[in-house]
Amino acid sequence: MADRKPLYLMSPALAWLTAFMVVPCLLVLALAFFRRGIYGGIEYTFTFETIALVFDPLYASIFLKSAVIAGLAGLIASVIGYAAAYAIASMPARHQPMLLFFAVLPFWSNYLVRTYAWIVLLNREGLITAIARGLGYDGELPRLLYTESAVVVGLVYNYLPFVILACYAPLSRLNPEIAEASRDLGGSAWTTFRRITLPMTAPGIATGFVFVFVLSIGNFVTPALLGGGQFQMIGNLVYAQFLTANDWPFGAALSMVLIAIMMGLLTLQTFVTERASGARARET
Amino acid sequence: MADRSTRRLMLVILSAVFAFLYIPISVLVALSFNEGGLPTAWTGFSTKWYGELIANKDIMGAALNTLIVALASTLIATVLGSLLAVGVEIRRRKGRFLETVIFAPMIIPDIVLAIALLSFFSMLDVTLGLNTIIVSHVVFNLAFVCAVVRARLKTFDWTIVEASTDLGASTITTLRRVVLPVLMPAVIAGALLAFTLSVDEFIIAFFTAGAGRDSITLPMQIFAMIRFGVTPEINALATIVMTVSVVALALSQRLNSGKLAGQ
Repeated sequence: MADRKPLYLMSPALAWLTAFMVVPCLLVLALAFFRRGIYGGIEYTFTFETIALVFDPLYASIFLKSAVIAGLAGLIASVIGYAAAYAIASMPARHQPMLLFFAVLPFWSNYLVRTYAWIVLLNREGLITAIARGLGYDGELPRLLYTESAVVVGLVYNYLPFVILACYAPLSRLNPEIAEASRDLGGSAWTTFRRITLPMTAPGIATGFVFVFVLSIGNFVTPALLGGGQFQMIGNLVYAQFLTANDWPFGAALSMVLIAIMMGLLTLQTFVTERASGARARET
Repeated sequence: MADRSTRRLMLVILSAVFAFLYIPISVLVALSFNEGGLPTAWTGFSTKWYGELIANKDIMGAALNTLIVALASTLIATVLGSLLAVGVEIRRRKGRFLETVIFAPMIIPDIVLAIALLSFFSMLDVTLGLNTIIVSHVVFNLAFVCAVVRARLKTFDWTIVEASTDLGASTITTLRRVVLPVLMPAVIAGALLAFTLSVDEFIIAFFTAGAGRDSITLPMQIFAMIRFGVTPEINALATIVMTVSVVALALSQRLNSGKLAGQ
């Protein structure tokens, strides 16, 4: 086909994306450089004040707390996900696709439903309390729901299948002869794993970790449902600026900083992955 | 000997991970059939909570809204996304900017796209409602449809398009009679994926729905109900929603990989 044709096939979709994604995102970027008017609304004078406010200790601490929770969720999910992927990859080849399918299946169900499932387990009259009572424990049980731990568990639960997928890809491509060679040369199983398998499959872990971190740090649903009202992460702060506090410029500034953090991490992850594959290309 | 203990360890890890993944949703599904509705005691199998759902006007209204939004956004996104995929793959020169724009809706955090669209619609004085949710859902849906169709086009034999053009067919005829039949499984797979994403999507709908009760979708309804606590009705509703997405996505995957394997 001629070179001009692709354009009119693409233009309806590109027009849609321009109008309803590019322009709105640029608008938010612009909003971040204005400030809230005295009576709400937006005061259209150019200022860095709003962005500077994001780095105010009060809000910076919320960023930090979100980063800690997202980091914790990413770390735990990476460890469990890598172990699971390693276990799947060690099973007979004919069982692997099915195991992988069932590891990812929960990921396909509704996010709210998966989060809600943990409320059912953790709430005061929930299953865990019921089991403790059934075992004859009568004392006061620690609060399970509406805690930071509950938020971390919820995030790990929701994103674990992706980490398993990300880690399984390099593990399944691993050449078993390399590990064999290491053992023949006298390397113990642990040394082989630490010096050969782990470095060669590290990009999978990096991908999994960054994915969980990026989705967690801006998360709004999980902190709202499992963290309860008193507990705030950046996502909830952004939500509040737009739907309750009515300070759109500040909400815009918060989300721009959020985007900057994410883009930084994604670039770093691409860099790590490319370096790792470059190193492998040189070896062969 | 060492191998056997490693194998046992692997099985232990797998069982633990699968227990972690499946116990929470299994408990939810089981409770939705518990007559008493409480996790503390099993009082017998019953479908009465599903009956209560059907009797609940709010939930039925939200379900209808979700169906309207999902069908409309899927229809638009499937047409736009498929055309986009064909257009991008025909082009020999791949632009980095173009790739970024097409890929962006899949990675932009929901909350950012949500507030961006809310600001945009408000500044244009657009009345928020089902129409704005549909428009917003098309944004990410078309990106996913495009990705699925493009994957199929990687193995597409472009010489049949040349043959069709050489034989005098117009572009429209070539698209309709040659390209589309080959792409159909991928287009349907993409549409099913889009439909599921739209049915499940909460945050963007929440921000672009406006204040009225008339434009509440099912995930918004579920979110509101969850905040008031655990009820047997939510368990039943959650079970239905979960089943719908899993079945639709399994079907989508099957269509897609089945055709590729048969290639």
